[in-house]
Amino acid sequence: MTLSATAGRLAAEVTTSAAAETHGFLSPTGVEISFVLVGLVTFGAALVTVTTRQLVHAALWLVVTLGGLAVEYLLLTAEFIAWVQVLIYVGSVVVLLLFGLMLTRAPIGRSPDADSGNRWAALTVAVVSAAALVWVVVDAFRTTWIDLDGPAAGATAVTGASLFQNWVLPFEALSVLLLAALVGAIVLSRKTTPGTTADPSTGKAPTAGAPAKPGPAKSRPAAEPESARARTGEVGPAEPEPAEARPAKAGTGEPRPTAPRTDEGGVR
Amino acid sequence: MHLAYPATLSALLFCTGLYGVLARRNAILVLMSVELMLNAVNLNLVAFDVWLSKAAEETLHSGQALTLFTIAIAAAEIGIGLAIVLAVHRNRGTADIDRLRDTAERPGPEDPDHDGLDPDDPDDSDDGPDRDARAAERPGQAEKAEATT
Repeated sequence: MTLSATAGRLAAEVTTSAAAETHGFLSPTGVEISFVLVGLVTFGAALVTVTTRQLVHAALWLVVTLGGLAVEYLLLTAEFIAWVQVLIYVGSVVVLLLFGLMLTRAPIGRSPDADSGNRWAALTVAVVSAAALVWVVVDAFRTTWIDLDGPAAGATAVTGASLFQNWVLPFEALSVLLLAALVGAIVLSRKTTPGTTADPSTGKAPTAGAPAKPGPAKSRPAAEPESARARTGEVGPAEPEPAEARPAKAGTGEPRPTAPRTDEGGVR
Repeated sequence: MHLAYPATLSALLFCTGLYGVLARRNAILVLMSVELMLNAVNLNLVAFDVWLSKAAEETLHSGQALTLFTIAIAAAEIGIGLAIVLAVHRNRGTADIDRLRDTAERPGPEDPDHDGLDPDDPDDSDDGPDRDARAAERPGQAEKAEATT
């Protein structure tokens, strides 16, 4: 009995050594070499993305990172994910980020305050977590082998079949989530309510909003003309008094609320 | 291909995004770093799905389905996040995360007459140049804070 056990153990050792011979820890195949090279490019671009001081360059290096990840998906035979990645991330998310950078008037050149004061603590946390994660992951999956031969595991037919056979309900719920996000983005980015759009023509809205002003103003339509007026020089505690002197002026001086508004746009 | 390669790349990308989230000051750069972290998770999902679909007989392809869902949720997140950042920038004139501390913890109950809107209040222990820069724009900020409440 011990003899058979020993023979079985020997056979197991032989098979594992044979497996280790075919898929050694560092026995690179062509796919692995390509994966590592593209991975280096991706990781380098990600590092530049989070460390560069030019904000627009960060967005452009993010394109390199996301495109490299799409190539990695292709190397892992997940072709549908790869093209979705190219379409959505490179096509829309980066464009949205660039629009955001332009709309917040990001400086084109180097901005010295791109990193906050706690970047050394952040660097420590990131390096420690990277070391821990890489150690654990390499130790756990050192001998795990992905078989990339045969029919592609991530072909579009396979992905579509599984998505519409097993994942139909989450798919529909996701469409509801996208609709909610669309409505939320529109509501968040709508500039004003109708009360403020009528403000420069009538001049009535600031006087209506003035009695509520000594406390914190409740609504933005009432607060916006106040801020525009405050930038012309009437600041701080003197605000309630010009608000009372304002109705006499509001009838005659029509262009006054519009002029600070353009000024406000210019200052920012 | 070894599973260790995509897993390692995913871990490194995630930690890069973690550094970006912690160290960046502009809100849009923080959103970019969040995208990096989401992409690292996607790479992990795809790699493990490809491994499991060859190792197991019958799978649900949950990795690829979840990757698609993550990509869609990331698109929604970036839209909402940019809308919030633009609204904050319109109201405050800055997209700087370090200055958005209206809900920060106050240092103590020694000044109960503060109205909670003073933006330079919690920064008394900060370093010198930052406080000076803050003091230089203090009137503008106070006015802005009052105008946007």
